[in-house]
Amino acid sequence: MNLPTYSDTPATVAAPHAHGGASTAVVMRWVMAALTPATLYGFWLFGWPAINLWAITLLSALAGEAFCLRLSGRNALPVLADGSILLTGWLLALSLPPWTPWWIGVFGGLFASVFGKGVFGGLGQNPFNPAMVARVALLISFPVQMTQWVMPLPLTAANAPGFLQGLSITLGGLPLLDAMTSASLLGFVKTEAARGVDLLHALTGQGAPADSWTGYRLGSLGESSSLLLAAGGLLLLRLKIISWHIPLAMLAGIALPAAICHGVDPARYLSVASHLLSGGAILGAFFIATDYVTSPNTPTGQLLFGLGCGLLTFAIRSWGGYPEGVAFAVLLMNTLTPVIDRLVKPRVYGRTRGGAPLEPERPE
Amino acid sequence: MITAVLSLTLLGVALGLMLGVADRFFAVAVNPVIAQVEGLMPGSQCGQCGFPGCSAAAAAIVGGAAPVTACGPGGKTLAAALAAKLGVSLDLNAVVDSGPKQARVAEEICIGCCRCGSACTSDAILGASKQIHSVLTEVCNGCGNCVERCPTEALKLQPVPVTLTHWVWPKPVAA
Amino acid sequence: MGLMERLFARTGKIAWGVHPDERKRPVADLPLARLPLPRRLFLPLQQHIGSAARPVVQVGQQVAKGQLLAAAHGEFSAPLHAPTSGRVAAIEDITAPHPSGLPCPAIVLEADGEDRWGERLPTCDDPFKLSPGEIARRVADAGIVGLGGASFPSAVKLALSQRSAVATLIINGGECEPYLSCDDRLMRDFADEVVDGVRIVLYAVGASRALVGIEDNKPEALAAMREAAKPFASIEIHAVPARYPMGSEKQLIQTLTGKEVPAKGRPADVGVLVHNVGTARAVHRALRHGEPLIERIVTVNGGALERRGNLLVPIGALVEDLLAFCKLAFAPQRSLARLVMGGPMMGSLLPHARVPVVKGTSGVLALTADELPAITPGPCIRCGYCSKVCPMGLLPLEIAARVHAGELTAAETCGLTDCMGCGCCAYVCTAHIPLTQYFQHAKGELAAQQRIKLRQQHGKRLATARAERLAREAKEKAAIAAARKAARNAAKAAAAAQAVASEEASA
Repeated sequence: MNLPTYSDTPATVAAPHAHGGASTAVVMRWVMAALTPATLYGFWLFGWPAINLWAITLLSALAGEAFCLRLSGRNALPVLADGSILLTGWLLALSLPPWTPWWIGVFGGLFASVFGKGVFGGLGQNPFNPAMVARVALLISFPVQMTQWVMPLPLTAANAPGFLQGLSITLGGLPLLDAMTSASLLGFVKTEAARGVDLLHALTGQGAPADSWTGYRLGSLGESSSLLLAAGGLLLLRLKIISWHIPLAMLAGIALPAAICHGVDPARYLSVASHLLSGGAILGAFFIATDYVTSPNTPTGQLLFGLGCGLLTFAIRSWGGYPEGVAFAVLLMNTLTPVIDRLVKPRVYGRTRGGAPLEPERPE
Repeated sequence: MITAVLSLTLLGVALGLMLGVADRFFAVAVNPVIAQVEGLMPGSQCGQCGFPGCSAAAAAIVGGAAPVTACGPGGKTLAAALAAKLGVSLDLNAVVDSGPKQARVAEEICIGCCRCGSACTSDAILGASKQIHSVLTEVCNGCGNCVERCPTEALKLQPVPVTLTHWVWPKPVAA
Repeated sequence: MGLMERLFARTGKIAWGVHPDERKRPVADLPLARLPLPRRLFLPLQQHIGSAARPVVQVGQQVAKGQLLAAAHGEFSAPLHAPTSGRVAAIEDITAPHPSGLPCPAIVLEADGEDRWGERLPTCDDPFKLSPGEIARRVADAGIVGLGGASFPSAVKLALSQRSAVATLIINGGECEPYLSCDDRLMRDFADEVVDGVRIVLYAVGASRALVGIEDNKPEALAAMREAAKPFASIEIHAVPARYPMGSEKQLIQTLTGKEVPAKGRPADVGVLVHNVGTARAVHRALRHGEPLIERIVTVNGGALERRGNLLVPIGALVEDLLAFCKLAFAPQRSLARLVMGGPMMGSLLPHARVPVVKGTSGVLALTADELPAITPGPCIRCGYCSKVCPMGLLPLEIAARVHAGELTAAETCGLTDCMGCGCCAYVCTAHIPLTQYFQHAKGELAAQQRIKLRQQHGKRLATARAERLAREAKEKAAIAAARKAARNAAKAAAAAQAVASEEASA
C-alpha cells in the first residue's frame, strides 16, 4: 500500500485552516538535540577518531539519500533538509566501534540510506529501521572490525591522538595496539561463558559493572554514556515526541528476565543493571525502537512491540550467537509491526471493542 | 535406488490417474462466473464495448479476451467490482472514468422523426411523431445508441452536471 | 480509548482533541454591534438540511419584515422569512456560500430602508399551556434551524423526541472553535432569553432536566447563565474543559453524561437531545415575541480586519457587507489570504466575498497568510499523532493511506464512516498532510458511487422491462397476424366453396 507523498497544495482547500506547528524537521532536530550530550561525551572519551567516524558516517548517509532522490527524479535539497537521514546516520555512528576505519562508516552510511530507506520509496515507506539494517549488514560482513573495541582515551589525556593522528587512525586504519583493544562487557561475558568460566570470577578483575554507570569503559559511543542517553530520552518524553510505552516495555523486557535469571543463576547471567547499561539497551529503547515509521501506532501495540524487542534482546544476549541483540531484536520486531497494527486497533467511539455499534440505552 | 525410482513413478502414475478421473466426473459444464459477471453489468445491451450484448462481453471478460475496463457505462465502480471478482489486479488511479453521461436533445434541431426513441435501451426518450423529443435524465444511462441514430445530430452526450448536493471534494494532489 | 485510557480514566484528563490558540479575546469582550442594513439581501432557498423551501412570493412583490418568502417543502424542510421590508428584486441563482462556488437558487430582496414589521407569528403569554405538538408547529413556522452550524430543522428534532423518550436535554454552549465568540456574546447579553428558550424546549420534549455545557474559557458567560438559571432547578449549568471539539454533540454528550452515542445512531438512542444556545434563544423569540428567524449574531474576526467584533446581522447580508463594515487592513503583511465561513477547524473556504450569510453562519474569518498553515505537505512518517488526537478513536493514517491508493471500500472498513470531519488529525499532522480533505473526498466518492450504482440498477430494470415489452408486442402482433391469416383463409375457402356450389347450380 502506498503512503501519500505530496508536492503541491490543491486548488480547493479543505478545513482545517490552522495547524499546530508540528513538522518532520522539528521532530528530527529535537531528537538530534537529545543525542547531542551523549555524543559529545563520547567524543571526549574516544577522541578525534570518533569525531571523524561520526562525520564520515553522516556524510555518507546524506550522499546515499541524495543519490536515491536523484534517481527517483525528486529535488534532493528540501528532502535532505528535513533531517531524517542525518538522524539515521547519527544513530548508526553511535552504534559503531569508535576507532573503526573510515570505510566501515562509508559502507554503513550508504547501506542505511540506499538499502534501508531509498529502495523502499524514501521517508515513511521503509519496513525496517535503516540504522539497524546497516549495523546488521556491517556486523555480518565485517565481524572483526565491528567487534574491535578500545578503552577510552579522553581528548585531554596526554597520549590521546591529536587531530592529524586521529585522521590517520580513521583513514589509514592504523593497526590498533593490543593493549588498547579488548572485548566489550557483553562480548567478554559471552566468550567467558563459552569457555565455561562463571561470571563471578570473570568480572572481578574487570571492574566493569561499576564503570557502566560513568560510561568510562569500552564500547560504542552510544553505549558509553547510557545515563546521558537516558536523559535525552526523558527530554523526548517530556516534549511528547515519543511516548513512554516502547521505552518502558523494552527496558522491562530486558530487566524482568534478567532479574529472574540472575536471581536463579548469578554465575551464568548478568545483573539487571549490567544489562540495562550495556550495549544498545538505552539507545535502543529511547531512540531506535521508537522510530515512528517502523513501530506500531497504538499504545497497546507499542507495548507489545517494546516488550518483544526487550525479550528478544535478552534472549540473543544470553543464549544466542551474538553478544549484543538490540539490532537483531528491533529488526525482528519490525517485521511484526504490520501484524500488530492489524490486530491491535483502538476502540472507536460508539462501538464495542469488536467494532459493532453499541446498544442503545433508551430511557423507559 | 530402484525402490526409490519405482515408488516415485508409481506415485506419479496414481496421482495422474486420479486427476484424469476427477476431470471426467467433476468437470464444470458451464462457467457460472460468466452469469455472475453479466449480473454486475448495467445490462442495457448498448454495445459500446464492441461486443453484441452484455452476455457476450461478460464471456469475453471472463475468458480474458477483454479487460475489466471494457464496459464504458459501468465506469470505475464496475471495473473495480469485476477486478475483485475475477482476481485481476487493477490500478484504480489509472482507470479513466469521465463520469456518467446523459443524452440531451437540442430542441431547435429536432425534427420529430422518432428514430431515437426506438433505439433507446431504457425508454428514456419521450416524443411523438413531428413533435420535439426530450430525454428523461433520471432514466438515461448514457449508452449513446440514440446519438448514432439521430439524422440531424440533435442528440449529444453530455457529462451529468454537478450540483451542490452532488459535488465531491477533489482528492489532494500527491507527488 | 483502549486499555491504557481506561486505566487512567480517573485522572479526568481528556485524551482526545487539540487545544489550538483560542484567539477569541479581545473580540469576545467587545460589545455587540449591529450591522447597518445592507441595500440588498440574498436569501438562499436552502439554508438547512432537507428539501429546499419553495418561494411563495413573486418578483416585484412588496414584502414586510418577517413576512413568509418561501414555505417549507415537505416534512424535512424549513420556511424562509424576510429579514427586512422591501421589494423582491429577483428569484435567481447566486453563488452558494460553499467552497465549490456552485450556484444555488435564492430570493434577492431589495431593502426599502424602513425596516417595517408586518404581521408577526402568533404569540402566547404562557407557552407551557400549549401542547408539545403546537410548540413544534410554531417552531417550524418560525423557520428555526440549528444555529450551531449543522442547520438541522429544529421542529424535526422536536418531533423526533415525540417518538423516543428524551430524559436529558443538553444545551450546547461549547463554542470550541478558535476565533468564534457569537454564542459567548449571546449568553452574556441575552442569558434570560436563552434560559427561557431552554425552559420551553425542555417542556416540549418532556425531559426531566436540561444540562447546559459551556467551556470553561467563558467565565462571564457561565456567570450570566448561572444567574439566569438560578430560579429553575431543572436547568443545570456545567463548565466543561475547553478542548476542541468539545462543542461536537457526541463529545459533549460523553463529557456531560458519560454515555456514548452508538455508531450510526442518534443522541435519542441514549435518551438525549442536543440544541444550541442560539437555537434556544430563537425559540424564545418565536414563541414569546412572534419573531421568525431573520437575524443572528456573527463573529467577524481574523488578522486581515481593522475592526473586529460580534455583529447582529440580518440573514442574507453579503460577506462583502460585513467586510466593508469591519474594514480590511491596509498593510501588505496583513492582506487577506483566505475567507472562511465558520471556524478555522471545520469552516468552509469561500470562493469570494459576494456570498450571503445564512442561518448556520456562526462566523466569517478574514485570515492573513501568517494565520494559515504554509508548509507544503510531505510523506506520512507514521508518527501516529493523528490517532492520538482523534475524538472518535480512529486511525487517520491508515484511512488516508487507503484513500490515497483508491481503495475506498477498505477505507470504509477502517472506519471512514465514523469520521466526523473535525480536523484534529490534519491540525497535528507532522507531515502537513490534508487528512480531512482525503476523508471528505472519500465520503463524497462513495456517495457518488452509490448513486451511480442505484442509477444503473434502475436502468437495468428499465432495459429488461423494455425487452419484455418488445417481446410481448411482437407476440401479440404475430397472434393478430396469424388470426387475420386464418380468417382470410377461411373466407377464401368459403368463397371457393361458394363458387363451386354456384357452378354446379348453373351447370
